[in-house]
Amino acid sequence: MFKAIWNWIQTFSSPKHFYPMAGRLIPWFAVASLLLMVWGLYLGLFVAPPDYQQGESYRIIYIHVPAAWMSLFVYVVMAVSAAIGLIWQIRLADMVAAASAPIGAAFTFIALVTGALWGKPMWGTYWVWDARLTSELILLFLYLGYMALQSAIEEQRTADKASGLLAIVGVVNIPIIHYSVEWWNTLHQGATVTKFDKPSIDTSMLIPLLLMALAFKLLYAALVLVRARNEALYRDRNRRWVRELIKNLG
Amino acid sequence: MGGYAFYVWTSYGITFAVLLALIVTSIRQRRNVIARVRRALRREALQQNR
Repeated sequence: MFKAIWNWIQTFSSPKHFYPMAGRLIPWFAVASLLLMVWGLYLGLFVAPPDYQQGESYRIIYIHVPAAWMSLFVYVVMAVSAAIGLIWQIRLADMVAAASAPIGAAFTFIALVTGALWGKPMWGTYWVWDARLTSELILLFLYLGYMALQSAIEEQRTADKASGLLAIVGVVNIPIIHYSVEWWNTLHQGATVTKFDKPSIDTSMLIPLLLMALAFKLLYAALVLVRARNEALYRDRNRRWVRELIKNLG
Repeated sequence: MGGYAFYVWTSYGITFAVLLALIVTSIRQRRNVIARVRRALRREALQQNR
């Protein structure tokens, strides 16, 4: 049975077999993401009550927190994929890493900007160099660094090695970001949900938050599959399976 | 939004603008790759016909 599973993994990890499979999954992830987003936004913007301290401004939470969670999640996926690519030379893993980088960078940017727009009315400042904000900004630089290396290095395998190494080394930033609010004195508040305790947020607010988090995850799934397919087509552009496929596209 | 309208709506606006840009660029990336392979195929077909 394990042989069968191993064979399945080996088949699926060839870009040629990954391509059609991913193509079938994308619409499901996209539609599911959209539905959850509509539902989450409806509950978050119209049903959940205002906060007793922050009033209506807290509603930024429904995009700020999911985006921040995604910025971390996508980075870990990217780093693990890069490691798999480096260690086992599985090219699809490098494609997934490269496909993930711009998506993760976008989520990081959203987290930083919505955080700033939340901080101004609540803390009185758009920015402060505390541990949480600074380490999240460094995360953005790591994503951009990955993308820059991919772009700057002509030979694909070398590019993957360099950017992959950056991604793996940068993983140390992830626990730093998460624990920053515990280890240091930060303006950013402590963990409300991601801790080993009951969430200290009301259920009426927690539900839309989790819905949006799931919606963002599904959106990432759809987008990374689209972009990984693009990487596969591009990197294998001289191979028969791509040429046949493009010819059949008409 | 209790006086916070600017901050809340700008946040949502920027978020959805960025997500939309992600979606659009992902689809454009696909079109570009396909066009590029098509061009290469055409070039080779021409060279063979010589």
